[in-house]
Amino acid sequence: MSALGVVSQLLAIVAALLLAPLLTGWVNQWRARMQNKSAPPLLQPYRVLHKLFNKESVLAERASPLFRMTPYIVFGCMALASAIIPTLSTDLPLSSSADAIALVGLFALARMFISLAAMDVGTAFGTLGARREMLIGFLAEPALLMVLFCASLISRSTSLTTIVETLGHRELAIHPSLLVAGVAFTMVSLAENARVPVDNPETHLELTMIHEALILEYSGRHLALLEWAASLKLFAYSCVGLALFVPWGVAQADAPLALLLALPALILKLAIGGILLACIETLSAKMRIFRVPEFLATAFLLAVIGLLVNILLGV
Amino acid sequence: MTQFVPQLTNLFATMILMLSFAMISQRRIGNLINLFTLQGAALVAASVLVGYATAQPDLYVSAALTFVLKVVLIPWLLYRVIRRLNVRWDVETLINIPTTMLVGIGLVIFSFSLALPISRLSSSMASGSLGIALACVLLSFMMMITRSKAVPQVIGFLSMENGLIFAATAVTNGMPMIVEFGIALDVLVGVLILGVFMFQIREQFDSLDIHNLETLKED
Repeated sequence: MSALGVVSQLLAIVAALLLAPLLTGWVNQWRARMQNKSAPPLLQPYRVLHKLFNKESVLAERASPLFRMTPYIVFGCMALASAIIPTLSTDLPLSSSADAIALVGLFALARMFISLAAMDVGTAFGTLGARREMLIGFLAEPALLMVLFCASLISRSTSLTTIVETLGHRELAIHPSLLVAGVAFTMVSLAENARVPVDNPETHLELTMIHEALILEYSGRHLALLEWAASLKLFAYSCVGLALFVPWGVAQADAPLALLLALPALILKLAIGGILLACIETLSAKMRIFRVPEFLATAFLLAVIGLLVNILLGV
Repeated sequence: MTQFVPQLTNLFATMILMLSFAMISQRRIGNLINLFTLQGAALVAASVLVGYATAQPDLYVSAALTFVLKVVLIPWLLYRVIRRLNVRWDVETLINIPTTMLVGIGLVIFSFSLALPISRLSSSMASGSLGIALACVLLSFMMMITRSKAVPQVIGFLSMENGLIFAATAVTNGMPMIVEFGIALDVLVGVLILGVFMFQIREQFDSLDIHNLETLKED
């Protein structure tokens, strides 16, 4: 572990924590613009976080310790997830401890705790949200794993840093399987981040909400942590997508100058990705909840086709 | 640049396969036509690339023909048909869509494992494409079988034709020009006849469900 590695690891975590709400604000702004609404300011998510952190947190009478612990666990999972994804540099000391499979596990851990906490207080909405979240989660996880395996087959490793090094820094090659995997990944991340075809992040309409139903009982600093964790999750998913499909611009080990360029490159890529996400959200209509399994099954099978194409065409 | 041409051909082949698969999972007729148009465009790109790599100007003519027919003329005709027949509703399938997709994955695995030993013998540029083309043909076959309405069946037929043309282009580096023209004319006439046919079915039965054709006499 070199000193530069520690610096780039710390830089990656700080960048994720600070940039995540900005990305959410950027997506919200573009979506509002495309839908001809007046857009909220870019820094609105920070203001919301600031407001919520200064407010008192109200707990239900029967809330168990699990309910109180969950925001910290979820936030910790998301922060750790964004620490092991190579966003700025592939020289990450923490990354060797957790590979792509562990990353999916981290997301699953966060999902499990937030669902348990939603059921803990015993309100109808919490239970409803938890059930829907699990319905989506158990279908999205294998699809995400398959997408990550597509890239793993090419680079012969499940470690995310090795994948980025292989795809971004070796000889340029076009991998047809990544095209299919990219489509599948887009579908999965829309579902996992509670975006429009699956869930609407803006509404509190009881029939449609999933993510909002889960955090309905939280307030104050707990809610702030969960909102921040949701932003971090979007950031982490975007960075996984960038790492798999647009890995250029990420610095390698022993390249301190490239690290300076990596941050503007990351911001540029995230800005373009955010606009594309806002486009998808504007152009598609929310689907019925019972169509979601079909949507995610399509994502899973597309990722399987990616694996098969990889085997057929050879690496 | 030239070392990317086979890779790009494979990329477009994968795109054709992905679009075939997307058609299976699609319910709306309008989206089906859009996917079919995209598939035609990917086929055009693949033909141009193979033509460039093997230095065969015939393939450019074939690509132009495909472009005019599959990307411009036939989608326009199909859109006209669905507007005139007012059939923009969701497509009903005989088997539900997740099952169809699972069977589709089975077909893809079958055709890939069938094509893998054959493509090892072949020396043509995009030999891996044989499996993909075979999978496209089988997937379109299945789409024709599992859809009960006439318009999706026609789209399935046309998509199968896409798969066949792609197989001919990528594996054997193109057919003789006269055969290409013959096929193009056949497809165009086929679509026109099927279009007339759809209007007739509709007039007779007030529906495009081809099950109505199974009874020979009116009760």
